[in-house]
Amino acid sequence: MTKVTKAGWMSRRRLLTAASAGAVLAASPFRINLLQAQEAPIKIGFPVPLTGPYGAEAQDQVRAGQLAVAQFNDSGGLNGRKAELVVRDDKLNPGEAATRTLELVEKEKVNFVVGSLSAAVQLAINNVTKERGIIFNSISQSDAINEAADFSKYTFHEALNPHMTSGAVGRYAFSKFGKKVAFLTADYAYGHEMVRGFLEVGKQFNIENLGDIRHPLGTSDFSTLLPRLQALKPDILCISNFGRDQQIVLKQATDFGVKKSIQIIAPLLSHASRVAAGAQAFEGVVGGCSFYWGIEDKFASTKAFNDAFRKMYDGKLPTDYGALGYGGVRTVLQAVKAAGSVETDKVVSAMEALKYDYYKGPQYYRKCDHQSVQSILVIRSKSKDMKNDSDVFEVLASDDSDEKNLRTCEALGHKS
Amino acid sequence: MAGLSFDLIALQLFAGLALGAIYVLFAIGLSLIFGMLTVVNFAHGAFYMVGAYVGLYLISLGGNFWLCLVAVPLLIGLFGLAVERVLIRPLYGRGIDYPLLLTFGLSYVMVECVRIAFGKTGYPFDTPEILQGAVNIGVGYFPLYRLFVIGATAAVLLALWLFLEKTSFGLIIRAGARDPQIVRVLGVDVSRVWLIVFGIGTAIAGFAGLLAAPLQGVIPEMGGTILAEAFVVTVVGGMGSIGGAVLAGLLVGVVVGMTSLFAPEMAKVSIFALMAVVLIVRPQGFFGRAGLLS
Repeated sequence: MTKVTKAGWMSRRRLLTAASAGAVLAASPFRINLLQAQEAPIKIGFPVPLTGPYGAEAQDQVRAGQLAVAQFNDSGGLNGRKAELVVRDDKLNPGEAATRTLELVEKEKVNFVVGSLSAAVQLAINNVTKERGIIFNSISQSDAINEAADFSKYTFHEALNPHMTSGAVGRYAFSKFGKKVAFLTADYAYGHEMVRGFLEVGKQFNIENLGDIRHPLGTSDFSTLLPRLQALKPDILCISNFGRDQQIVLKQATDFGVKKSIQIIAPLLSHASRVAAGAQAFEGVVGGCSFYWGIEDKFASTKAFNDAFRKMYDGKLPTDYGALGYGGVRTVLQAVKAAGSVETDKVVSAMEALKYDYYKGPQYYRKCDHQSVQSILVIRSKSKDMKNDSDVFEVLASDDSDEKNLRTCEALGHKS
Repeated sequence: MAGLSFDLIALQLFAGLALGAIYVLFAIGLSLIFGMLTVVNFAHGAFYMVGAYVGLYLISLGGNFWLCLVAVPLLIGLFGLAVERVLIRPLYGRGIDYPLLLTFGLSYVMVECVRIAFGKTGYPFDTPEILQGAVNIGVGYFPLYRLFVIGATAAVLLALWLFLEKTSFGLIIRAGARDPQIVRVLGVDVSRVWLIVFGIGTAIAGFAGLLAAPLQGVIPEMGGTILAEAFVVTVVGGMGSIGGAVLAGLLVGVVVGMTSLFAPEMAKVSIFALMAVVLIVRPQGFFGRAGLLS
């Protein structure tokens, strides 16, 4: 379990986590149960990109995933049978992810797979799991994973998808900030799917597409692209990229004075990236997210999740991608409990039947594509009146949990 | 996309030159070390990154950006001296791939050490207050801080030129690069000259890292991306030629700027296309001396 990762401190950290978890386990009354239960633990494989430009978000996924496992075990597990998270670093690389997933399935004999953080990498994981008949609950954005070509009955999607996200952000932004829109887009599946979604929702608002400039994933200087975009004189500049790219482009757009006359929007504003880039760079940018801890005054489930997370991690608050790790693991384990078994087909049926509210209000998996129907938040990054380190966004609007925000089953190629 | 005005083309040209200035600043350290020592310093990007982190650390201790402009190159230069003395020196005379492999490994060690000390996620690095915002340069608005970077690059180049061309120590360095044997026969301690050249080269790398921090924030991997571009600049300019590095750096910046205007998705490829063309027409680069690598 303590595989040595590329980054030294990560493996040391993992060792510490494992050691402290062991210590807690040894001291807890559940030890007796554990000794009695001779059955092997329920294993959940968890491949995420711990190293690379999305590392900050991936670490949050692991933390919150561990919380879901701890809660399951504390409540007695499956008749005393405990669960365990088997974390692997997929390095944000589809090949690496496929190899790690295969290893999780073949060597670790995991019962389920939850994880991934990339529109492209999750498809590689899904290819492996659907072939082996293992349930995979994806916790990162993708439109393709819902479509008939990539979908299988073992495929679930706890995260939002680009269609839903760009829809919510587009409806808010195009009605408020203007109709002339220019795009700056990361040149891979995530960016392409987001722009497609924005143009789709833009039709309702008669937006004018001034142009789409594509940049490669992992660009460190946008200074030669920004004057061109400014010269187009858009009302809205829509920047569809993620992680480190998003941090740098927002910083440089601020330096170029883009924000003076143009409203910047992004399909997703990542909490971890906002913290890494600072308040100034993100100030005033409007975007979407699946979860923000600040909705705790609206949903009791959010409050409960925040409190449990704080307790486990020294007062730290969960982030958007962390919440997805929690939701992704908890739904699987809840379905195991409901089914009273880890048998794949029974758990699939139990997940399809779930109506759940674990961290952000009501959710359920749509039958045809197993997309989690859920609310979508539209947020703005703030730089003033921050009450704590995590107080970085204000919630402007929220799309309710409703199937009308999804593409129809027929449009995705599923038989209705 | 419509709207190609004269102002836009001029602004784009200027943005390209500004980007070129950053390439120049990064590449001259690399070129200096190669030209004088024939050491291909693959750890140059790591020194650049450590420069940014040292700046970040000094500011967190209560220092300011202006102080860092002096302290960071000094500290990184001292670190460079230690690296040369302990790691590089035993490898002189053993062929070009020995120090190349050593510095390549060293860069991994440095990145990993920074990850252990500061974590894997990046940090914000605020632009100094009085350099924030954009100013009108006649054809459009341009960030004040980038103008400052151009100025700082020019100052470093001028200082380096004066040092190499107008001081007696500079004369020894140039002579040592031409023919170390004769210089040694004349009673000059050549290893001391090389030590100092390596120190100056790394100091400039640290300085470049500090200047880059307000442009893109600070992250352990920041040296990796720019290293590829810097090698293009040194190869196009001619390995070891400082004048060539300046010309090539600006040219690469302008090429990126102009391709961004007409075909943005080609911008990253364009610099490698430029390198290929230059290598076909002039294999030693603009001002390179043939046979330095053999």
